[in-house]
Amino acid sequence: MALSRLSLRSNRFLQPSSTTAAALPSSLRRHVSTDTTPITIETAVPFESHLCDAPSRSVETSSSEILSFFRDMARMRRMEIAADSLYKSKLIRGFCHLYDGQEALAVGMEAAITRKDAIITSYRDHCTFLGRGGELVDAFSELMGRKRGCSNGKGGSMHFYKKDACFYGGHGIVGAQIPLGCGLAFAQKYSKEEFVTFTLYGDGAANQGQLFEALNIAALWDLPAILVCENNHYGMGTATWRSAKSPAYFKRGDYVPGLKVDGMDALAVKQACKFAKEHALKNGPIVLEMDTYRYHGHSMSDPGSTYRTRDEVSGVRQVRDPIERVRKLLLSHDIATEKELKDMEKEVRKEVDDAVAQAKESPVPEPSELFTNMYVKDCGVESFGADRKELKVTLA
Amino acid sequence: MASLLGRFCRKLVVPGSAHGSRMVSTTACDSEAVKSLNLHSAINQALHIALETDPRSYVFGEDVGFGGVFRCTTGLAERFGKNRVFNTPLCEQGIVGFGIGLAAMGNRAVVEIQFADYIYPAFDQVKRVFPTLEFDFSTAEFLIRGFNSQIVNEAAKFRYRSGNQFNCGGLTIRAPYGAVGHGGHYHSQSPEAFFCHVPGIKVVIPRSPREAKGLLLSSIRDPNPVVFFEPKWLYRPAVEEVPEHDYMIPLSQAEVIREGNDITLVGWGAQLTVMEQACLDAEKVLDFIFQLKDNWFKVSNMGLELIMQEGISCELIDLKTLLPWDKETVEASVKKTGRLLISHEAPVTGGFGAEISATILERCFLKVKSLRFNSSRRD
Repeated sequence: MALSRLSLRSNRFLQPSSTTAAALPSSLRRHVSTDTTPITIETAVPFESHLCDAPSRSVETSSSEILSFFRDMARMRRMEIAADSLYKSKLIRGFCHLYDGQEALAVGMEAAITRKDAIITSYRDHCTFLGRGGELVDAFSELMGRKRGCSNGKGGSMHFYKKDACFYGGHGIVGAQIPLGCGLAFAQKYSKEEFVTFTLYGDGAANQGQLFEALNIAALWDLPAILVCENNHYGMGTATWRSAKSPAYFKRGDYVPGLKVDGMDALAVKQACKFAKEHALKNGPIVLEMDTYRYHGHSMSDPGSTYRTRDEVSGVRQVRDPIERVRKLLLSHDIATEKELKDMEKEVRKEVDDAVAQAKESPVPEPSELFTNMYVKDCGVESFGADRKELKVTLA
Repeated sequence: MASLLGRFCRKLVVPGSAHGSRMVSTTACDSEAVKSLNLHSAINQALHIALETDPRSYVFGEDVGFGGVFRCTTGLAERFGKNRVFNTPLCEQGIVGFGIGLAAMGNRAVVEIQFADYIYPAFDQVKRVFPTLEFDFSTAEFLIRGFNSQIVNEAAKFRYRSGNQFNCGGLTIRAPYGAVGHGGHYHSQSPEAFFCHVPGIKVVIPRSPREAKGLLLSSIRDPNPVVFFEPKWLYRPAVEEVPEHDYMIPLSQAEVIREGNDITLVGWGAQLTVMEQACLDAEKVLDFIFQLKDNWFKVSNMGLELIMQEGISCELIDLKTLLPWDKETVEASVKKTGRLLISHEAPVTGGFGAEISATILERCFLKVKSLRFNSSRRD
């Protein structure tokens, strides 16, 4: 990323140069991770806009924020890799859709909004959950179907939720969360509290009719809804050029303004989401297209190599990896040293391993849990198991 | 598993029909060339034959080009070309509507919905009770409407509301359904009951590879729109000797897979495998004693002695077509045995078992001694 000379100078002023860093006592070096002095960074790729003015390429951030990006993304990456091996050792069953490669989206968005703004997404939700403040151990427990899980072990990989952080999940049916998200925005408009809803969907879901129905209503009623298309270029195994006549998903809103963003750049994502939130509160819905990429296949049963070459995947990893980008930024701005970052990654790895171990200890839900949370109390409806004589409970 | 089902080979006589496709009457397993196939291969063979025999038939859906997520469409695109076998974008509503439009122009559209759980956008929530004559569109409007149209309101009622000018009988919708062990909320559903409530379409569910091939060919060639649910649990594990030639199994004809005298068991799809095993178990005396303790049967002392010597003889019926279903076969069987047990995967309340029990009770009220439901889903 291009460096603003002013920021470099101010950075050097506040922090000893890296050559003397090792000689300084640790208390002084630790100071950098809480440094909130504003730094301005330019995004590498300009924004493309539709029916609106693109936001500036200069993003206001700080050392501590960029460092937190690094740590959070490293944690998400580690979590997804751990989930991969847990799935292969059959501790996670069912389906598992991994988000590695797309971490910048989750962290960038969180940096621009509050925990009172709502997020709703599809089944690729592990990292979004983490971004919303979810604990690693809750995530792993839910993946393994344990009681400690965020949905009490009853949802699984595709159904993570976090009510206190306004994270509305976690939806299995492609595109079904879009009208829901617009409904959330509708409720927010009524509450007049100046919060917005980010509705995430993929390039595959972008061809669902319900998207356009929801967009029309959102635009008609000026809802504070931000529709974010996470364009990772493949709808399961189908490339965008084979599924969409117009792969410019940010323009698909037609009468709704749109913005195309480099989704592998956490700072660009932050800028776009900040801009979108302001726009949505004033003018109604906006579509954001995040140009991103997933390294894994669609799910764990998809090797991810039958519809794209390994060279393509490794190419993206080398050139556009979001974590590497932030690492380079941290190093070039002298915010942290190589060793510090490596140590951070080691800490994250240990954090993840501990969370996995803890999650493994959590018990599986009781069989009676099969019948809870279907109806609200006092409904009196009876439920039966396979044999009408056994497992008969009154639904609570 | 499937060898148990295959054991009961029956004479399959196919009545004549108006389609002009080759009809064969096949006898059980012996004369024609057969091959050991699993369910997805049998369905694949059926699709190959369907496309071969009718040049105006098409297969499309999500990811069918490379063979589909369950390998049911392998080899079709290579053999028949991308003009006839092609992928669609991710939009069930559009896929089914598109199929209706194609069918309305006299083609055979075999549409695949990737999982039955995804079929709902195509279902059409806006249910009009009576189609009115106001909606009498010209062809062009039909096609435009076709893109917004869905199974219940468009496919089912086309012929009726156009006064038989138009129809979408060439439409067949295939969808894998049912539990598979790791499916979770959205890859395990059994939505057949929803569709059975819609006059104008047919709902067909095969139990095994041989049945699937014959029933699928019948469904494709039937002059009514058909929703064909394939038990995904059986795609790979169920293996059976399947005749290699073109054959059809008639729709709306239930089959008595196993004859018996004490109780009638009715089911469809993968559940029959479970029920077959239950029949075998019921014949054993020890199991019977357990069941008697739970008051499963009310039998006289004399009856008890008789059964103690012989176990319980179960008559197992495969419904095959749920809508319109073969009431006569089930009725005849219940009149013989006096007891009925219906077992299906879908939730019990509002499930298709409820329809069967209501109809049978209505028809055989005085003859029925006991009636039970059984579902592998929690209700």
